[in-house]
Amino acid sequence: MATMHLNRREFIKWTAASSVLASIGGCTQALVQSSGNQPRVVVIGGGYAGSAIAKYLRIWSNAGIETVVIEPNPYFVSCPLSNLVLGGSKQIEDLSFSYEALKRNHGIHWVKDTVVEVDATRKKVRTARGELRYDKLVLAPGIDFIYDDLPMLQSEEAQQQIPHAWKAGPQTVNLQQQLAAMPDGGVFVISIPKAPYRCPPGPYERVCQAAFYLKQHNPTARIIVLDANPDIVSKKGLFLKVWSEMYAGMVDYRPNSSIVDLDVAQRHVITEFERVSADVLNVIPPQRAGKVAQMLGVANVDQRWCEVDFRTYESTVLPDLHIVGDSVSAGLPKSAHMATSQARVCASAIVAAFSGIDPDPLPVFANTCYSFVSDSMAMHVAHVYRYDPAKKIMLPADGGGVSEAPSAQEGSYAYDWARNIWSDVLT
Amino acid sequence: MTKAYYTGLTGLLSLLLSTGVCADESYARLSIHTHVLASSCAACHGTNGNSVGGTPVLAGLNAEHFIRQMQAFKSGDRPSTVMHRHAKGLTQQEIVELADHFSRQQRHTAELPARAISDRP
Ligand SMILES: Cc1cc2nc3c(=O)[nH]c(=O)nc-3n(C[C@H](O)[C@H](O)[C@H](O)COP(=O)(O)OP(=O)(O)OC[C@H]3O[C@@H](n4cnc5c(N)ncnc54)[C@H](O)[C@@H]3O)c2cc1C
Repeated sequence: MATMHLNRREFIKWTAASSVLASIGGCTQALVQSSGNQPRVVVIGGGYAGSAIAKYLRIWSNAGIETVVIEPNPYFVSCPLSNLVLGGSKQIEDLSFSYEALKRNHGIHWVKDTVVEVDATRKKVRTARGELRYDKLVLAPGIDFIYDDLPMLQSEEAQQQIPHAWKAGPQTVNLQQQLAAMPDGGVFVISIPKAPYRCPPGPYERVCQAAFYLKQHNPTARIIVLDANPDIVSKKGLFLKVWSEMYAGMVDYRPNSSIVDLDVAQRHVITEFERVSADVLNVIPPQRAGKVAQMLGVANVDQRWCEVDFRTYESTVLPDLHIVGDSVSAGLPKSAHMATSQARVCASAIVAAFSGIDPDPLPVFANTCYSFVSDSMAMHVAHVYRYDPAKKIMLPADGGGVSEAPSAQEGSYAYDWARNIWSDVLT
Repeated sequence: MTKAYYTGLTGLLSLLLSTGVCADESYARLSIHTHVLASSCAACHGTNGNSVGGTPVLAGLNAEHFIRQMQAFKSGDRPSTVMHRHAKGLTQQEIVELADHFSRQQRHTAELPARAISDRP
């Protein structure tokens, strides 16, 4: 198989590099000392999905599964609510949390590093500092951006000029600072990739937050939305109403507008139809499963997303390898709530497998996604999803849908959602 | 080590202790299905129903009260912004088992994670 071949080659490349390391610094180090005969699960990524699965693996196994999370970031930054940083009602610090409580409360081993190679045959993962054996591996690496059509945006310098801000952190702050510094009457252009991408309503929420900020500080400014999709992907009626009522005259929405070329220095965008000049430009690139999933050849749907069994989240390509979160090809919204729901189904299936019992044959879970249209008003899309054993997919159950209108009450619930999911995932 | 049993679908099955894994006790009483479904409520109602605030604490809630509320959400007798969507998506059996599950959870003060030390200049 071509992908396996690539993996082996990559692996050998890596091994060659590490033997150089070994000859300087001694033998390859084990990253974590084994705690006896407990089975070990290694989780790659400490975002919403990875943190949640680590916690529930420990709780549901009565601390009987040794759990290791490998995550390079020193702390957690929440994408949910990060659009409010652009609106000015939140600071990135309000969304940045320590991993300490999670580690301490549940006895999770934590390795602050990036996984650079996985040997699925020998069941080992490697980081720059050493290697780690596992019994089962969980990939929770989130998303990777595709720059094939936008190679000029790949460099760090280009992203200073034109941030994506689709992984919350320094780029979010950068985009906020650019908005604040925009000349009076300037133009903010946002480019939305074709679905599926992380957080379907997120780009449109971002438009609301930019409008909320500009309405107060730069009321003659305009927002041009270049959407690669034929229509607004989520909560369409609600967003259109908000734009026309709360932010009248500010938002110019243009469907079917994929970027074909781009001048980074000038912030000029060329679509199939037109050339657009921006004062502040936010390009959200197309996305695929995190790099480590591609490396392993488990991103087998359109070479982008990972196919799994929705009862266990085990890869359909490799055994003992589970995938949760945005990397999964689920046909469902890629949200933090969904990522944690998948993580809990997967945790339960892994505990069941080590305990010699069957997993839940018909998993059911809920998803609620709020979008803020100002500093205080929000609206939801919510569904219960049930596993359909004939179609082998998760399908929305009866009763799901969206708010009738944004409200302050839902704004308050949206904050409660955020505080509770942070508590659930990080303590 | 507590010996745990899973009774949900295939009857009483003792867990394989040789692996050192011993599933959480509550696997014993309710089906694995309810267990996982209940955890999905955590995004808004906290781990095991211990909300940090804003939304109701479900841990330790009287089971009959829980069932009545969910039925009222389902029928529309109790107006809601979002709960009717979730109530309608669940079967009666699931609502009854969720009520049992949450009524047995211990109440405690839920924790919020500490703010990270910023590395912003
Ligand atoms: C602006 C915005 C707003 C959003 N708003 C909402 C919202 O209101 N509600 C909602 O439910 N969702 C929202 N989302 C979506 C939500 O953020 C994602 O669905 C969620 O983060 C997915 O979780 P994940 O664990 O799959 O990925 P992430 O949370 O991105 O975590 C992936 C982690 O893996 C780590 N990683 C990657 N590769 C490696 C490697 N090789 N080795 C080690 N670690 C690695 C990364 O460092 C990262 O920490 C929003 C997203 C955005 C961008």
